[in-house]
Amino acid sequence: MSDETTAAPGAAQPAPVPQTSSEPTGSATSSVSTSASGSASKTATPKATKKKSARPDGAKKGTSPKKASGVKGAGPKKAAAPKREAAASTAVSADVTAAPRGAAPAKKPAARPARGAFAAGAARASGERRRRSGTPLVPSEPVEVSAARRIAMLEGAPVVDAPAVPVAAETTGSTRSEVTTAVGDPSAESSSSESSSGSSPESSSSGLSSASQSADEAAPAPRRRPTRASMRARRTAEGEPTRLRAVPSVPDDAPAADSATAASARATRPARPTRPPRSAIGGDRAARHTARGAGASTTPGDGILGDILTDADASPAGEAGGWEHSLTSGLQSRAERLVGAVLEAAEFSSEARPGPAELVDLAVNVLRAAATSAGLPAEEVERQVADALAYLRRRLTGDYVVDEFGFDEDYTVNVHLPLLRPFYQKWFRVEVRGIENIPSVGGALVVGNHSGTIAMDSLMTQVAVYDEHPEHRHLRMLGADLVFQMPFVGTMARRSGSTLAANTDAERLLRGGELVGVWPEGFKGVGKPFSERYKLQRFGRGGFVSAALRAGVPIVPVSIVGAEEIYPILGNMPTVARLLGLPYAPITPTFPLLGPLGMVPLPSKWLIEFGPPIDTSGFGPEAADDPMLVFDLTDQVRETIQQTLYSLLMQRKSVFL
Amino acid sequence: MANVVLVTGVSRYLGGLYARRLSHDPSIERILGVDVVPPRHSIGRAEFVRADIRNPMIGRIMSQAGVDTVVHMNVIATPKDMGGRVTQKEINVIGTMQLLAACQKSESVSRLVVKSSAAVYGSSPKDPAMFSEDMSPKSLPRTGFGKDSVEVEGYVRGFSRRRPDVEITMLRLANVVGPTIHTSITDYFSLPIVPIPLGFDARFQLVHEDDAIAAMILATTGPAVGIVNVAGDGFVTVTQCTALARRPVFPVPLSSGSLLGAIVKRSGLADFSADQLTLLAFGRGLDTTRMRTVLGFEPKFTSRSAFEDFARHLRPAVPGVDGVGDVVSDAAGGTAAAIARVFDRIQP
Repeated sequence: MSDETTAAPGAAQPAPVPQTSSEPTGSATSSVSTSASGSASKTATPKATKKKSARPDGAKKGTSPKKASGVKGAGPKKAAAPKREAAASTAVSADVTAAPRGAAPAKKPAARPARGAFAAGAARASGERRRRSGTPLVPSEPVEVSAARRIAMLEGAPVVDAPAVPVAAETTGSTRSEVTTAVGDPSAESSSSESSSGSSPESSSSGLSSASQSADEAAPAPRRRPTRASMRARRTAEGEPTRLRAVPSVPDDAPAADSATAASARATRPARPTRPPRSAIGGDRAARHTARGAGASTTPGDGILGDILTDADASPAGEAGGWEHSLTSGLQSRAERLVGAVLEAAEFSSEARPGPAELVDLAVNVLRAAATSAGLPAEEVERQVADALAYLRRRLTGDYVVDEFGFDEDYTVNVHLPLLRPFYQKWFRVEVRGIENIPSVGGALVVGNHSGTIAMDSLMTQVAVYDEHPEHRHLRMLGADLVFQMPFVGTMARRSGSTLAANTDAERLLRGGELVGVWPEGFKGVGKPFSERYKLQRFGRGGFVSAALRAGVPIVPVSIVGAEEIYPILGNMPTVARLLGLPYAPITPTFPLLGPLGMVPLPSKWLIEFGPPIDTSGFGPEAADDPMLVFDLTDQVRETIQQTLYSLLMQRKSVFL
Repeated sequence: MANVVLVTGVSRYLGGLYARRLSHDPSIERILGVDVVPPRHSIGRAEFVRADIRNPMIGRIMSQAGVDTVVHMNVIATPKDMGGRVTQKEINVIGTMQLLAACQKSESVSRLVVKSSAAVYGSSPKDPAMFSEDMSPKSLPRTGFGKDSVEVEGYVRGFSRRRPDVEITMLRLANVVGPTIHTSITDYFSLPIVPIPLGFDARFQLVHEDDAIAAMILATTGPAVGIVNVAGDGFVTVTQCTALARRPVFPVPLSSGSLLGAIVKRSGLADFSADQLTLLAFGRGLDTTRMRTVLGFEPKFTSRSAFEDFARHLRPAVPGVDGVGDVVSDAAGGTAAAIARVFDRIQP
């Protein structure tokens, strides 16, 4: 706000007076705030409504009216006002924040302590700090203000407010809604003023804007306001009848404010004269503005100080009238101003900073409302959302564990498996048999047939084992190095428990008592043409058998029916495959044809049958070095799976049903 | 038993720390610290000898002092403050050659302890989950520190063949982190925004600087154990580390990783070579069974707690980040308040 800066010099002169008002606030924030609240309570209380948001504004309004009435002249305090606000805001914020939504006064006090810190933060965030630092007068203020304050106290204006403090706090809390409503114009302004302070008032067309803007801002940054702030202000004013009510209180002050503002208005703007009726309000607003915008905004509304300042800066403004006013009502107006500023700040800060608990409450309520309206059980939705949030928090804080293979159970249970479950349950309608063949504890090697163009069958088996097995065991799968070379896929594979298909890794897992899944056909199985469906390919080199022999764990054959039909491979594109470094590039009925749509698997019906385990512990670890035994076992496993596949195919009624 | 210990690289952080810790061992008669520049930190009761291990002079020092234990800690992983890659390679490879040549000539030397690195295992998608000491890398590191380490180990193997009477202990340390040490890993996670390989989240192990030194001391004073992996328990991933360090990440395609690494390196932000980039993509695991059973060493820090110890001493990425947090939370609060107001109006 260039206005502020300009105003500052002018303010320096009058400083003594304005400071008086400001000083009390600054030094004795608590007292000020209390007084402010008291005033607010007086004015606002009657309206006491229960709106939380409204509350802050209401408080301000209440105070502002008083100020306006009593102080109108207070306008001059401009310079002091900003400081006041800051101090006041913090002080107020404590009070105000204390009473969040609660209409009941009792709640507020209890809440206060917790929110004190919060309020401080709010004040900061709201830009108080910026304002403070931006205000040129600030440094000098403290001292001068104190003097002025004392004077004011002596005069009695401020004193009056002080006693009301406790009550005020309560009232503010309860009456927030009122306040906002009452403030009507002021509140609107205040909201606008927060950011742009000076300009909004003008646009709003209410009396407020005229005064403040006219003096200082008119010149530097005059027309911004009309934009959002003004619109908002107007809207609010119109929208809420209550606010209008609030205005009435202002009128008392109006005359004085009017005169003061009028003087300043003349200097800067022609528009003012038309606004006289609301001038009182304008005064209030102006006071707020000044508080926030420092020197600039102060001029208009603040009768005395503002005038003085204006004189210094924009000489033409109502010099004579302003001075007179200042002399007459100076201190009173100041005090009122202070109070107003405090209240305003309180309103603002409280508004901007609801307690965390409040936020959570709100979020939960919204969630529940949404869930109910969507016809879902609110409890369930709430729990799921809470789980998801907890998971997110763990992710963001790094609070999870990966094992030596990169297996991240937290991720697998909360992301990987839930993503696969819709496929498992709804799309493929997987039917599992013989899950009891998987041991509840200890290592075992699950060996299956591979098919389906992409390794969907292994993922479904993983879900089957976790979901259907009473112990919810994780199937640790062995994958080709190509998998771990690919970005995203490799990471996902490691996180979900896969590791490289190598004897070292397999044995390490098996010795660790893990359930290991292996698909020994590899790419030969996944990439075989549709015409060879359900015909098992060569089972590798029998490495899986030797791993099981060394670890002495049983081999559980698993037969998967249905995976062959999800992407029937009609042809291959070897050139493309070579270009991309892939083992094959399939042509399916849908794939290259429909583009990405072709990636949707056909919804075949799946059967997964775990066969009886083949015990290997009787052979001893040295049997792994007996190739003949290894080949025999490999063939045995392969034959078992092949036979089971045939029988399952016989039982299957249809591919898709 | 070690009586007169010669420590190379004593002016570097780990070397200095090692000398300080070794000074507490009363059974050691004399400690000689060798480096080309005087140490800026305390090296305990070690006597600093200004010598270049790339120079045969080192042999005379050995024979004059009657050194019986040589601790080679001058394999440099971070060339930034040493004059770049050329100097690094010179010191690592030629220095080791000269040092070993001197040891081979020396009559007094009876033990050689070498600080090696897990970088010798390289890092590739074909790697097994865990490397034990007898495994060879699937893809040999072809650049930078990893290659140096491989060559250093090669020379040590040659030395052991020629001087079978000298006990050799070689510790392959995982990436060392700690509150004060500067390594490529600590530099990397100190970046205000951490570039990570897009689509990868490698797991790796860390070892705390205290543990690394304790293991080296044990290797010096305890029985000779040959090659041993040293790493903290457990694993961390790259994104987990960024979360613990409270750093935002910036995913970069791996193919452009070397380019980015070059930029980061040029700008002096972190010492990163290509082999370390593959570590960030594919990770590495060390089997520490031998560390426990043969060396008899139990690290005090897990990988995670070591990193947390480092992260605790890390300054926030952006000076006013907490203030920003306030502003953000404030904005959120304001929004929520607005919504609350709307709700109040809708359902009075």
